[in-house]
Amino acid sequence: MREHSGIYPRGLWQAFALPGVVWLLLLFLVPFYAVIGVAFGGVDPIFLIPVPAWNPLDWNADSVVQTLRGFLPGGDYWAVFLRTTLYVAIALALCLLIGYPVAYYISRHAKRTKSVLLALLVLPFWVSYLMRMLAWVNLFAPSGYVNDFLAWSHILPDPPDWLNGNPVSVILALVYGYIPYLILPLLAALDRIDKSLLEAARDLGASPFRAFLHVTLPLSMTGVLGASVIIALPMFGDYYTPNIISGSPTTSMLGNQIDLFFHGGPQPAIGASLTLILSLFLAVLMTYYMHSVARATREVRDE
Amino acid sequence: MSDAVITRPVRVPSRSFGRRLRDWVANPWGKPRFLVLVTWVYVISSIAPVIIAIQFSFNDGRSLTAWQGFGGARWYWGDPVNSVWHDPALQHSLFQSLKLAGLDMAIATPLGVMLALGLARWRGRLASASNFLMLFPLVTPEIVMGVSLSLAFLNVFTFIEPSTTAQMLGHVTFSLSYVVVIVRGRLFSIGRQYEEAAADLGATPWETLRLVLLPLLMPAIFSSLMIVFAISIDDFVISQWLSCGADCDTIPIRIYSATRAAPLPSINALASIMVYFTLGAIGISYLVYRLMTRGEKPARGGARSMVSEMGAFDV
Repeated sequence: MREHSGIYPRGLWQAFALPGVVWLLLLFLVPFYAVIGVAFGGVDPIFLIPVPAWNPLDWNADSVVQTLRGFLPGGDYWAVFLRTTLYVAIALALCLLIGYPVAYYISRHAKRTKSVLLALLVLPFWVSYLMRMLAWVNLFAPSGYVNDFLAWSHILPDPPDWLNGNPVSVILALVYGYIPYLILPLLAALDRIDKSLLEAARDLGASPFRAFLHVTLPLSMTGVLGASVIIALPMFGDYYTPNIISGSPTTSMLGNQIDLFFHGGPQPAIGASLTLILSLFLAVLMTYYMHSVARATREVRDE
Repeated sequence: MSDAVITRPVRVPSRSFGRRLRDWVANPWGKPRFLVLVTWVYVISSIAPVIIAIQFSFNDGRSLTAWQGFGGARWYWGDPVNSVWHDPALQHSLFQSLKLAGLDMAIATPLGVMLALGLARWRGRLASASNFLMLFPLVTPEIVMGVSLSLAFLNVFTFIEPSTTAQMLGHVTFSLSYVVVIVRGRLFSIGRQYEEAAADLGATPWETLRLVLLPLLMPAIFSSLMIVFAISIDDFVISQWLSCGADCDTIPIRIYSATRAAPLPSINALASIMVYFTLGAIGISYLVYRLMTRGEKPARGGARSMVSEMGAFDV
C-alpha cells in the first residue's frame, strides 16, 4: 500500500477530525468528569445544592462509599440491582430465543420473501420506542384487545392487571422494545458466515442439525455476543419502560433509581454515584463491544 | 405472491392446501416450517400493535381501547380543542421535535463527515484515542449521557441552561458517532483509487475533495441525514434530561407523560404523525439512495447495503 501523503497536504486529516474530536471532548468526556466530580463532591450546607470537587485531591468518597454499601445484600439498592439483572437476563434470553431463529431463517432460507422480511424487520427501527410502548399500553389496558381476547377465548376468563406492577409485562415490553436491535446485527453476522464451510460439513456426512450445531452456531457466537451487548447496555439503563408499563416501585430498575434521585429527591451526589457505579459495572460490556468494532474496522480498512 | 406462482411454469405437481396443512401438522419440524412460523409470528406481532395504535388515532370516540367507528381526522385537526393541531401543548411538541431534528441534521452531519474522513485516514496514537472516544457515545446507555450532560450544564458550562440549545447539543453529541460509522464504511468501500487517479490527472487536493470524494460520499451523507433525523426524533432520554419544562417537550416526552394519565386518541395521532414523518423520510431516502448508487455493483449499492448502513451496526 502506497503512502498517500502525496495527494493531500500534511495535517489535513487532523484538521478535519479536530472539530468533531473537540466536540466529543467538551460534550462527552467533560460531562462524564462532571458526574465523577459531583459523585465525589460535597453538598452546600445552606442551599443543599451539590458542590462538585474537580481536584482528585479534594475528593470526598462519602456518597460513593455509602451508595456502594447499598449494593451489598440487604442494602438499599440490593433488591433493585438484583431485579434489574434478572429482568435484563430474562429479556435477553427471550430475545435470543425468538431472534436467533428469525435471523437464521431470513439469512438461510428466505428466498423470494427475503427483501419483504428485511423491510418488515427494519420497520420497528423507524417507529419511535415510545410510540411502540404506547401501542403496547393500549393493547394491554384493562379493556384492551389482549384482555378482550383472553376473556373471549376463555384462556384466562379473569385476565390480570398488566399495567400496574406486573413484572411479566415489564419483561415482555423490554423484549418487544429491544428485540429489533438484536435481530439486525445477528442477521448481519449470520450472513457473513462462509456458506462453503456448511457445504463441506454436509459433504462429510453431517446431518443438517449437526452441521448447524458444529459449524453455524460456533461461527455465529461472536455475532450473538455483540448483538446481546448492544441490547443489554441500554436495557440496564432503561427507566422509561418500567415507568410506562408498570409505574410501580415493585418493578423499578436501576435507571428508575437514578431518575428518582435527580428528578424526585434532593441528592444529586447519590444519583451521580449511582450513575458512576452503573457505568463502571457496564464498562466490561462496553469495552468488549468497542474492541470488536475496532477490530472489524481495522480488518475492513486494511483488507 | 400466488399470481407469481401460477404464471411460472409449474414442474412440481402442486399439492392442495389441505394436504400441505396435514403435512405441516404431521411434522411441523420438517424442513424449515418451524422457522417460517416463528419468523412470521414475530414479524407480524412486532408491527401489529403499532398498526392498532395508528388505527385508534382515527377513533371516532375518546377511547383508546374500544373501537367506536372511523372518526376521520378528528384527533389530527378536526377536534377544535383536543386535536393535535388545536391543543397548544401537542402542537408545540411536534414543532419542538422537528426543530431539534432539523438542527441536529444540520450540525451533526457535516461535523460527522469531517470526523469520519479525519479518523479514517489519520494514523497514530492520537488517532486511535480519538477513534475510541468516537465509539463511546454508541455504547453508553442514554441515561448515563443524560445525567452527565445535565450535570455538566449545571456545574461546568453554566452559561448553557436547560433549553432547546442544551437539547440540541445533546442530540448532536449522540448522533455524531452514527454519522461517522456510516460515512467511514462508505469511505472504506470506495477505496482510494479514484482520488489517486484525480491527483495523477492534475487535480489539486481541494478539487479532488470537492469533485471526486464528495460526490462519491453522497449516498452515505444522505443515509446519515436520514439516520440523524430518525434517532433525533425518536430520542426521549436526552431530550428529557436537558428539558426546560413544557416549552421543551418533544413528541416522545409528551407520549411519556400522557400514557400514564388517561390519554385521548390525540396522543396516538401525535405518535402516528411521527411514524408518517419517518416513513416518508425513509421512502424518499430509499429512492434517492437508489438514484445515487445507480450503476454500482448491486452488492454494494442495493437496498441491502442501505439497510446495513442505516442499521449502523454492520461496521
